[in-house]
Amino acid sequence: MKKTKKIKKTKKVKKTKKVKKEVAFKNVTPNPASLRTVDNHYCAGCGHGIVHRLVCEAIDEYGIRERVIAVAPVGCAVIAYEYWDFDVTEAPHGRTPAVATGIKRVRPNNIVFTYQGDGDLAAIGTAEIIHAANRGENITVIFINNGVYGMTGGQMAPTTLAGQKTSTTIFGRSLRREGYPLKILEMLAILPGVKYAERVAVNSAHEVLRAKRAISKAFKMQIDGKGFSIVEVLSMCPTYWGMTPIQAADRIKNEVATFYPLGVIKSC
Amino acid sequence: MAKVKISKAKCKGCYLCVVNCPNSLIKIEKDLNIKGVKGVYFSGGKCTGCGMCAVICPDGAIEVYRQI
Amino acid sequence: MSKNKVLMCGNEACGEGAMAAGCTFYAGYPITPQNELISYMAKRINETDGAFVQAESELAAISMVLGAAAAGVRAMTSSSSPGISLKQEGISYLSACELPCVIVNMQRGGPGLGNIAPSQSDYFQAVKGGGHGDYKLIVLAPMSVQELFDLTFLAFDLADKYRNPVFILGDGLLGQMMEPLVISSDMRPTHYNKSWALTGCKGRKPGIIRSLLLGDGVLEAHNRHMQDKFSLIKKTETRVQHFNTRDADIILVAYGSVARIAKAAMESARAKGLKVGFIRPITLWPFPDKAIEDASAHAGKFLVVEMSAGQMVEDVRLAVNGKARVEFYGRMGGGVPCEEEILACVEASLKSGGAAR
Repeated sequence: MKKTKKIKKTKKVKKTKKVKKEVAFKNVTPNPASLRTVDNHYCAGCGHGIVHRLVCEAIDEYGIRERVIAVAPVGCAVIAYEYWDFDVTEAPHGRTPAVATGIKRVRPNNIVFTYQGDGDLAAIGTAEIIHAANRGENITVIFINNGVYGMTGGQMAPTTLAGQKTSTTIFGRSLRREGYPLKILEMLAILPGVKYAERVAVNSAHEVLRAKRAISKAFKMQIDGKGFSIVEVLSMCPTYWGMTPIQAADRIKNEVATFYPLGVIKSC
Repeated sequence: MAKVKISKAKCKGCYLCVVNCPNSLIKIEKDLNIKGVKGVYFSGGKCTGCGMCAVICPDGAIEVYRQI
Repeated sequence: MSKNKVLMCGNEACGEGAMAAGCTFYAGYPITPQNELISYMAKRINETDGAFVQAESELAAISMVLGAAAAGVRAMTSSSSPGISLKQEGISYLSACELPCVIVNMQRGGPGLGNIAPSQSDYFQAVKGGGHGDYKLIVLAPMSVQELFDLTFLAFDLADKYRNPVFILGDGLLGQMMEPLVISSDMRPTHYNKSWALTGCKGRKPGIIRSLLLGDGVLEAHNRHMQDKFSLIKKTETRVQHFNTRDADIILVAYGSVARIAKAAMESARAKGLKVGFIRPITLWPFPDKAIEDASAHAGKFLVVEMSAGQMVEDVRLAVNGKARVEFYGRMGGGVPCEEEILACVEASLKSGGAAR
């Protein structure tokens, strides 16, 4: 009979390895899920890219992407729906708040917002924005004010400043001939139907963070059923201001924001 | 410790990040990128991970990673 | 099935037809002679879960309808001639975006501010475009209060079926007249799946409603798709009525309220032994070319009667294509022809050969 050797079980000695301490990093500025990561068509230094992101950040913050129905303008942001991952409809130029009214009235539980430029909102669409605001439609309006018509080649906008040169005011806007820059946010704030109106800017990271808070608040107003909210965003248009993006950002600080003051105009 | 990742493909050369970095850590490239402009790059150094460069970037070209 | 018989004015019958069809959104602006319709919708829609908005303008109203249609509900607007002019851009967008809706025009005297009497001078605007681009609207021409109800009801089904706006071309006379309306309780609108509608993208890819198509060849392809749709509509939705056309020497052609008068004139003529027929297009688009072409094989003359300077007469001429004489009698600026005038025209034409217009 074979003798079975008794195998002594030896305790395995654990070899202690010198483990490198893993340094963990967190992305503190993640791209919001609702914002598509495709390249956008906006000019270098244009504010649209920033505000598109802020809108998506607010939508993701409240988890409302699947409830959102947006209304895109006519203007540089006419193809905003290429960048937003939620339902969007086109609107005839200026009628954006009317289209939004139609949607919100039949789908009150959806979150409906408009995204409009200074031509769409303050020129061709003046009647529509005033009446949507006056009816107190429970929608959110994001108003991009860059004082010029970008899409069509840099013509004067209702919000073009006195003396500003554009392709239709080649010697500078004359108050006598062209009238005064329109302070439409202040005009709308008078209406009892308007529950929240704030003017912000995106010319510096500091101001962008303020703008983010305002836009977030505007969406929250709608989610809570509190009525009409509007955020006006002073934005850069380096191309048609004839400046570099940095110069354009400075122009907002030194010139545009002195005429169109930043801050809460109305909050109910 | 923090680090900044800048996408060469997405940068349009607006340089808003350059003036928004409190420590001036973002610099302009010498050569043209795929968009035909001189993009920007993160030059290293004492980045606090404040994220202001990413906040101001209109094109989502910047990612800021803060040590946790 | 029970039937309910009420005395109603045309404008209200149109509104009731919309309600029966499941209209849940109406936006409009007051303009004579369709104000009874907007008031009726204000009352009726607020009795349901639907929404009514008196918009700040006809421009705003058509855009509100665009929004509601994009959100997948049955939506309607109405106006009269000058207000319909304002809506043209929106109508082009609605057709281009393939959105269903119903638009009602109770025509008044024009052009310009005109007057509030009935007319038919918006035929071109309704049928040939009005708005920009290559698009068509299905245009229905009721001739009675009952038909204002029935054809408005039908309009919503056709709009959903083809994803295109449908246009009711009425006039101030039809809108104001009061006649008995029979509504049967078993009327049911047809349900159409609207998976394309914007409802919030839960459980699906986000939807986009757009007519801006910048990619190379994309807009042309879309136009071809729309034209294919219009060809299908032409094949399947043409509606027309014939009266006494087989042996007719002269055939009257008229639509809307003029159709009633022309029909009466035809009957008077027949009583006098004159061989007069009558073709009444119910769809102005698609136009019943074939019915007219067929009739032109044996009738020597057509007399088109309109409350305009002559608009539908051009489509009759195209359909007749030289095979017979096409004559025209019209009243403009709110003038309404009476039976005797039409009869006199018919008699003169049969006697002397008449002057072709």
